[in-house]
Amino acid sequence: MLALGLSLGLSILPAVGVKTKDLTLIRSGGSLSLGVFVFLIISFLCLLYAFVGDDFTVKYVADNSNTALPIPYKVSAIWGAHEGSFLLWTMIMGGWTFAVASFSRSLTIDIKARVMAVMGGLNTGFLCFLLFASNPFERNLPFHPQDGADLNPLLQDFGLIVHPPMLYMGYVGFAVPFAMAIATLTAGRIDAAWARWSRPWTNAAWAFLTIGIALGSWWAYYELGWGGWWFWDAVENASFMPWLVGTALVHSLAATEKRGVFKSWTVLLAISAFSLSLLGAFLVRSGVLTSVHAFAVDPARGVFILAFLILVVGGSLLLYAYRGGLSPGLASFSWKSREAFILSNNLLLVVATSVILIGTLYPLVYEVITDGSKISVGPPYFNAVFVPIMSVLFMIMVFSPFSRWGDTELELLFRKNRSKILLVIFFVSMATVFFGQDVFYYGLGLEILAVMIIVFLIKKVLELKQVPSASYLGMLLSHFGVAVVILGVAVTVYYSEGKDVRMDPGEKIVVSGYEFKFLGVEKVRGPNYLSDQAEFMVSRDAKVIATLRPEKRFYPVAQDVMTEAAMHVSLFRDLYIALGEPVGESAWAVRVHVKPFVRWIWFGGLLIALGAFVTLFDGRYRAARYKTVQVPALGVSP
Amino acid sequence: MKFGTMKPHRRERLLLILFVLAAAGSSIAFVLMALNDNINLFYSPQQILSGEAPTNRVIRAGGMVLEGSVIRSSKDLEVRFLISDMKGSSVPIVYRGILPDLFREGQGIISKGKLEETGTFIATEVLAKHDENYMPPELAEVLPKTHRKNGEWKVKE
Repeated sequence: MLALGLSLGLSILPAVGVKTKDLTLIRSGGSLSLGVFVFLIISFLCLLYAFVGDDFTVKYVADNSNTALPIPYKVSAIWGAHEGSFLLWTMIMGGWTFAVASFSRSLTIDIKARVMAVMGGLNTGFLCFLLFASNPFERNLPFHPQDGADLNPLLQDFGLIVHPPMLYMGYVGFAVPFAMAIATLTAGRIDAAWARWSRPWTNAAWAFLTIGIALGSWWAYYELGWGGWWFWDAVENASFMPWLVGTALVHSLAATEKRGVFKSWTVLLAISAFSLSLLGAFLVRSGVLTSVHAFAVDPARGVFILAFLILVVGGSLLLYAYRGGLSPGLASFSWKSREAFILSNNLLLVVATSVILIGTLYPLVYEVITDGSKISVGPPYFNAVFVPIMSVLFMIMVFSPFSRWGDTELELLFRKNRSKILLVIFFVSMATVFFGQDVFYYGLGLEILAVMIIVFLIKKVLELKQVPSASYLGMLLSHFGVAVVILGVAVTVYYSEGKDVRMDPGEKIVVSGYEFKFLGVEKVRGPNYLSDQAEFMVSRDAKVIATLRPEKRFYPVAQDVMTEAAMHVSLFRDLYIALGEPVGESAWAVRVHVKPFVRWIWFGGLLIALGAFVTLFDGRYRAARYKTVQVPALGVSP
Repeated sequence: MKFGTMKPHRRERLLLILFVLAAAGSSIAFVLMALNDNINLFYSPQQILSGEAPTNRVIRAGGMVLEGSVIRSSKDLEVRFLISDMKGSSVPIVYRGILPDLFREGQGIISKGKLEETGTFIATEVLAKHDENYMPPELAEVLPKTHRKNGEWKVKE
């Protein structure tokens, strides 16, 4: 079983080895990438088989699974720890490589070969790492355990089944624009065609990353039992930084494609997005940073990824420094043009990324310069530096979606909509005063901005005379999603109310006008856990709204206790109860939250991703594909 | 070339560059200030006892929760316990709130809060990592090696 997996893995290597030389074997790229992908799928299926069949001779299975573990979690346990999740990562890399090979007939043949070579190189690196530093098929022979140590109970959850694959699709997906950027750099011509090839790939990767981050935030919210949705944890930052730079890239690619501006800047962004993905992988997997997500520490892995990181990032930046100045010639545009707005969007996003990067890496730097002092950088830092930058970005977002290339009559746009702006300010302020007891000016400002963005986007859609292009529609939808997120964040942050209290059965507590009555606790048995299940009755104005049953679960195999929060979900507010621990004969520590608009954060995130997916259906990309089907043929005939 | 004799577009570009530099400079200053205000230094129980740790500033302290030291209030969620480096130094901690699931006696934790003049640490946050095979580097340094072989850091006395 294991030998099979290993030999399969090994047989992939030569294939990749050949592929990296494929500048001479240009046409082989497609079939080779198929081979790599198929073999990766087979090894993935082998691991899947080992998990589902409880093959505890495989060490990774023994460490992360158990006979009592429900089947869906046995499957997701594959990516529950380092080795298996890296196999997933590598398989996805193979998938993207194969996808590029199959769906990019519009690429000229030499560029395509270069793209395949770069992606092949990356594949090789990941595979080496997988085989030599983190082989999930390592055996536990001759003494293998009778039963497995079980999957970490926190990870036994639907969110974790979906979150890592989505996230990796995003991380690894940025390898495609990266490879395309490197390809154009080596070919020595950066042009609008390059931007057009890269755009759908970038949008797709970015959409997956968006979903991944939104799911991660959602999972943390209901599974960690803290009721928070973002912690500025090093690992969250590791996924957020490529996302921010990816967002900048999505925008600047548009400008490069449509107007031929910011070419080398866009290339740099493409390189940065993928570099930050790799940096994220390094931070998460090397254990250099203290984080709630960190995998078990293994310095050897850290060194390997760091070396790979330096090679890829250093190499590509050198190449950029050497070739990046190839296409000078800034087009001129007014400060009110769409180009200018995209430029400011890019600058703000890059600055935001930089401050997060500084905050994330500062503990490492500090430790080195002070010879071993350990610090952590808390959420206050990130809030203090990140929120103002994004606020400026949101202000620009109100009108920029309607701006024109070259120049925009901003004054006219402003004058025509003055009454609407005032109306929005008036209504949002009134609503805030009416529903929230207190008014927070910063929060109110953000709410007004968000509602304004939403109103103008809807107005634009209503005014459309014909069906717009898919990419325009997707753009509107994504911006709409961002506004929904802003509104959700602003309201949740300022108007959530939460209490941690000690409660005896029969006691009541009132939070934000909702009455929570603690009825009692009973024992319940789950498939692989025992649970204390509490019952709460929630009512408002003497009307019963819901009965909530938060749990405290005990997983005997892993010897772990876990909180399972209970929620009553609605569009405008979440009622959230988590059990702490028993603190007396019958009393329990209880956490009660009322969180208005918190759902909007994740719903908005999904809208952003949906918008990006919509852009993929733009006829322009497909037309380009059909038009140039003959190009490969031409490339062969001479 | 003197500033005044520059061609208009050159002067514009120069002004733009100066503006960008000024903006970059002030934002870096702001970031460093924010960073300085929000770093939380880590102290071991031994450092706290020897008076190395500042009082009334948010810091982090970490160690093993001593067996039998956890005392709960019977009225509210107040908990008192001792954290130790298992080398003879221990610090009393007071925390009001819900402890993480992985908190238990004989378990390594990191807490964030302020040290009082009296030597008691008032914690606002207690962290026990949600993967018991993972040991934060800070704790790994504080605790003696025998307490963390094979990445196992739930130690029974």
